[in-house]
Amino acid sequence: MSRTPKRDDPRNVILVGATSGIARPLGRRLVARGWNLVVTGRDAARLAPLADDLRVRGSGTVATLVFDPSDGAAVAGLFGAAAALLGAPPDGIIVCHGTLPDESGALLDVGQTRDAIDAGFTSAAMILAAAARALEDRPGAFLAAISSVAGDRGRQSNYTYGAAKAGLTAYLSGLRNRLHPRGVAVLTVKPGIVRTPMTEGLAAARSPLAADADTVARDIERAILRRRDVVYTPWFWWPVMTVIGAIPEAIFKRLKL
Amino acid sequence: MSPAPQTLSGWGRFPVGDSVVATPADRAGMARALGGDHGAGIIARGLGRAYGDSAFVAGGTVVETARIDRFRGFDPQSGLLDVEAGVSFAEIIALFLPRGWFLPTTPGTKYVTVGGAIAADVHGKNHHRHGSIGMFVERIDVMVADGTVVRCSRGENADLFHATLGGMGLTGMIMAACFRLVRVETSRVTVDYHRTADLEETLTVFESGDAGSEHSVAWIDCMASGRAMGRSVVMQGRNTLLGELSPEARRDPFGLPRKRVKSVPFTPPVGLLNSLSVRVFNEVFYAAHGNRRKVVDLDTFFYPLDSIRHWNRLYGPRGFIQYQAFFPRKSSLDGLRELLSTIVASGAASFLAVLKSCGPADDAMLSFLEPGHTLALDIPYRRGVIEALCGRLDRILLEHGGRLYLAKDALMDGTTFRAMYPRLDEFLAVKRRYDPVGLFASSQSRRLGITPA
Repeated sequence: MSRTPKRDDPRNVILVGATSGIARPLGRRLVARGWNLVVTGRDAARLAPLADDLRVRGSGTVATLVFDPSDGAAVAGLFGAAAALLGAPPDGIIVCHGTLPDESGALLDVGQTRDAIDAGFTSAAMILAAAARALEDRPGAFLAAISSVAGDRGRQSNYTYGAAKAGLTAYLSGLRNRLHPRGVAVLTVKPGIVRTPMTEGLAAARSPLAADADTVARDIERAILRRRDVVYTPWFWWPVMTVIGAIPEAIFKRLKL
Repeated sequence: MSPAPQTLSGWGRFPVGDSVVATPADRAGMARALGGDHGAGIIARGLGRAYGDSAFVAGGTVVETARIDRFRGFDPQSGLLDVEAGVSFAEIIALFLPRGWFLPTTPGTKYVTVGGAIAADVHGKNHHRHGSIGMFVERIDVMVADGTVVRCSRGENADLFHATLGGMGLTGMIMAACFRLVRVETSRVTVDYHRTADLEETLTVFESGDAGSEHSVAWIDCMASGRAMGRSVVMQGRNTLLGELSPEARRDPFGLPRKRVKSVPFTPPVGLLNSLSVRVFNEVFYAAHGNRRKVVDLDTFFYPLDSIRHWNRLYGPRGFIQYQAFFPRKSSLDGLRELLSTIVASGAASFLAVLKSCGPADDAMLSFLEPGHTLALDIPYRRGVIEALCGRLDRILLEHGGRLYLAKDALMDGTTFRAMYPRLDEFLAVKRRYDPVGLFASSQSRRLGITPA
């Protein structure tokens, strides 16, 4: 007659972009395991109620850090700040922040393109660079970041977003290659369409392929615990993207995707 | 980016209506959802467990609270829990039962939100002792029509508090609330089963055993007629104490068995719950429950139907209605007798029918229960037949000073409603104070004339 949650060694983890749709259920799952979290976000007013929620749900420490992922100095100081808040050096980081540019209408202009690439790739890569330096000598540590199936192949409906995520996927792959010998896990998360505030109102969010954020969070939690390399979530995106990836470009360019 | 309307219904899947749906993630998002033109009106919706048309508004806007679901605080000294409206009872149990706390009262499903529970002022198997959830609510934060959040309690903005509790979401959108959890020593309930021969004996068993029972409810066989009319299995229970568990069970006093959740995967083309299948079920259920004492887990005792997901699909594509009537004590035996014989004569099948004795009324303006008895039963929807039957049942209720539960109602007319809820004008005055243009409306409120049709 047991349904008590499994507990493992308490972890000290930074959750970047904690107010995002996927990070919300993920944070809840991690505090339920007894993990200590530093939750970051740009907006203190949104971060405080989120942290209160996690404190009621969990037994560990939950600290907040107002943090702009595009600010190089803030990124460089992230691990120091998190260690001070937790009273212990972090041994994991999950990068969840992101935005979805609207590429369904007119072509993005120059400024929008730069913003989309910066939001989807540059800031995440900077954080991962800082994380790699902080964690490379901590065997057992992990880095995880949310990329996207959109990074597997550029489609007309979201190729700028997809290109940024493709960059992130490549970055994570290289980082994994580099940190593997040191016992540090690097996880690439590739969600498909997820029903979150980010996708609210989009027709895609009502597609039968769209997943609940909590389903995605569960897959991420499991992948972190199993120290996986790449996880497609929900799982069916792996065969779907394998097929899409195999379509010859001569045919692909004619498709309305 | 105005999304297309979605077809929504209550748990009974009758009636249906098209509403534009917004799912804001925070207070700012809820305020944004209030802006603009909402046609027929705007109404908050939790998990959609109200049976009829109270949680959608055809031609208007529905604001789902699914993402307004944060815990805000908990005081382990007093048991006071502060939560946002979209937090479900299931989540509260999952989090707090292992710490030794349980809901102060709960309806027959844990898949309801705190906001919905307060809007319907829900009651449970302990109503005869403690009244409805309102008795345990200390404070409600309501986003009213102008987008401000008004905090109300029995001491502060009391008018809004008494109108919002049981007010079916018509005073504004419940954002958050504070209510008390209660201590339990285990996740089990010790239940005495008592099989009764007829309605009179059922009421007698309530009368004699309820005072000593924390929880009390009867499953009633709505197909039984003649001398057996009203025969029941009464279940009177109390929270099991730690010392009563076996030494083995004591190691995990708050554990719950991991049940395989069954699901009705699709809606069968015709309802499977007809008078034949229900009659067979009722005979078996009645025969299977002799007089005995048993220790069961909380899920089994409080939420038997939660183990079958989408059980409402069993009634087929036309859906069903749930009819929940209340009779004050002085007239309940006569009223129930007349109601049951009308139902039996109609041949309308009712799967789980539930009879319960009721205790203190709370201070909600549209409060449903007071000392007396309440009977809840399902009736498969059949156009014309149901309307006529419910009209007859409504008249029986009125003659005996009874009333119908708004969280279940799908068919009542405005005149009947007005006669059953004497504090309606007081409620409307408060609604006008906080919602002068009549922004908040549901298909139900328009049907009942609470808001203009």
